[in-house]
Amino acid sequence: MGRKILFITTDQQRYDALGCNGGSVARTPNIDALSQNGITYDRAHPQNVVCMPSRSTMITGQHVSTHGVWMNGVPLPEDAPSIASDLRQAGYATALIGKAHFEPLLDPFLRFTENRIGNQRKTVDDPNHPHRGFDHMELSTHGAVGQLHYSQWVRDNHPEVAGGYYSVLDQELQVNAQGGGDTNAPQVKLNPIPTEWYHTQWVADRTIKWLESLPADKDWFCWMSFPDPHHPWDPPASELHRVPWRDLDLPTGYVEDRQKREKILDDKLRHWRGWYDGTFISNYEAPARWVPATLTADQVREVNAFTHVENELIDDAIGDVLRAINARGWETDVDVVYTTDHGEFQGDFGLLFKGPYHVDSLMRLPLIWRPAPSAQVKPARVAAPVGHVSLASTFAHIAGIDQPAYTQAPRLPLDDTDADQLGHERVLTEWDSVLFGKIVHLRTICRDNWVCTAALHGTMNNFGEGELYDLSNDPLQHINRFDDGSVRAQRDDLLNDLWDNLPDQVLPLRNMDAPV
Amino acid sequence: MGTVRRHAFVECDADTVWKFVGAPERLAEWFPVTNCKVEGDKRFVTLAAGIVFEEDIITLDHDLRRFQYKIVNNSLIKFHLATVDVIEDGPTRCIVVYSTDMDPEVLALPIAGAASVGLKKVKEIFDRKTKH
Repeated sequence: MGRKILFITTDQQRYDALGCNGGSVARTPNIDALSQNGITYDRAHPQNVVCMPSRSTMITGQHVSTHGVWMNGVPLPEDAPSIASDLRQAGYATALIGKAHFEPLLDPFLRFTENRIGNQRKTVDDPNHPHRGFDHMELSTHGAVGQLHYSQWVRDNHPEVAGGYYSVLDQELQVNAQGGGDTNAPQVKLNPIPTEWYHTQWVADRTIKWLESLPADKDWFCWMSFPDPHHPWDPPASELHRVPWRDLDLPTGYVEDRQKREKILDDKLRHWRGWYDGTFISNYEAPARWVPATLTADQVREVNAFTHVENELIDDAIGDVLRAINARGWETDVDVVYTTDHGEFQGDFGLLFKGPYHVDSLMRLPLIWRPAPSAQVKPARVAAPVGHVSLASTFAHIAGIDQPAYTQAPRLPLDDTDADQLGHERVLTEWDSVLFGKIVHLRTICRDNWVCTAALHGTMNNFGEGELYDLSNDPLQHINRFDDGSVRAQRDDLLNDLWDNLPDQVLPLRNMDAPV
Repeated sequence: MGTVRRHAFVECDADTVWKFVGAPERLAEWFPVTNCKVEGDKRFVTLAAGIVFEEDIITLDHDLRRFQYKIVNNSLIKFHLATVDVIEDGPTRCIVVYSTDMDPEVLALPIAGAASVGLKKVKEIFDRKTKH
């Protein structure tokens, strides 16, 4: 019997969401305990800051340039590498419960397996060759519409609450800009759903059910994937008392003074100001009809309060699952890896949502590896830069199998000395969006406490432009030093390192088959 | 307005391919839909998720090898025009082009994705015939 693996992901969660990372609002005792007993990475970045590309990196262990899922709506090919397949071949039972999103959600033709098995209320398409190597899939996204299992479950069992969720699309199928709550903040809604029927608890309940179905001596890999705290912000209204929004301080990244805020934005690549002013939208994430410049301080407070509530519910649900694991007697044999796919502005720079903005709000992520207690690994905090591209190798390492040849990064380090030995010097992030002629391409490196972004030619920026931030002295990334002659050598060294280490992009780019 | 285009080079003469893709009632043989029924200038297409599109056949030009249709009487769709062209590229080769203009633009992408599947199927059918 080997080490079992519980891989927990959230969606669109910031590094500072958690108590163990300095968060002071949401109470996250279960995740904090994982950190206290495990390895906490303080500079973990995704390889892309939207869902599908980021999740594709997690499962393939590849950079975006290689796996080719360059934007939401580009499906990961059915035959793409999957660490779940390797673990299954090694004898692991495998499951993915919650949000998968390797394939587009908007799929009226039911071309994609995730939607098709949800529609058919099946948990596996072909038991002999399960989709992406998962013996069991029960899937969810951010509400009760669509084909996935959670939506079907709500509509079958509790149809009266299905309409309580925020409607992600408006009547013209645009990302909904409608406001709600007390402040009319975009994508905020009071959701009357009982907590036990909310998707966070459903993901935990289905995970526990699957774990209870396994023989005691079976090794398993379970990816438990919470859709929250991704917008829309519509947690159960009965839970909002946890974090009254009027009591919240504004986040440190929010610049209250409008003139100062706009000066900061103007010093960045041009697409930042274009989005802020409502003249440029690069992808189907933020509502096109919402203008970030209209965001008020109280709206920032309310969005943050709802997010903190969602994070607390996630922590509660994780506690339920860990107790179920302990009840099975697996306590000492389970590795837990916790992360998210990308971050969220939550008011930083006067913005919400996400997009082609390579700063800590979207790139600095929670990442914790609590090795199985039986492995006797010392707790540590790791400062070295690491990425999701190391997750697949880490799962292989835990399972005692060779690092798959398709993976492009070593396993996560146990401490900073181990990071040096494994070669964790830098972490890379890519962005490509070409939606209906609105083009942004970015390539980013983080190394030595600097973040450097190179723009490629597009409709807003030109090759040769970029952003450079000194994380040690400018942790909020307010001062773009890309054209500062005093740090030109540093910038050029980072750019050379970026181009030397980024894999060549597999061309031609695959088609985008849906907006999301 | 969303505008998308997909194409495939097919190793077969244009007339043979056109007889297939230019037959509106044969859509379900290559496009990923579950049912297709033609009544005069109307076509009714059923998708796997259960949605039924009512379409007006606008152009069926056998000389130009062009087929055009519109989705109509749909509360979500403000504008739609799809065009299928079969263009000769020598005596044994042609290009099949599927393009769609659509409002709301968001729907153009999944239709383009389905068109990619359809064009791949057309290529499989006719490339295979040529090889045999």
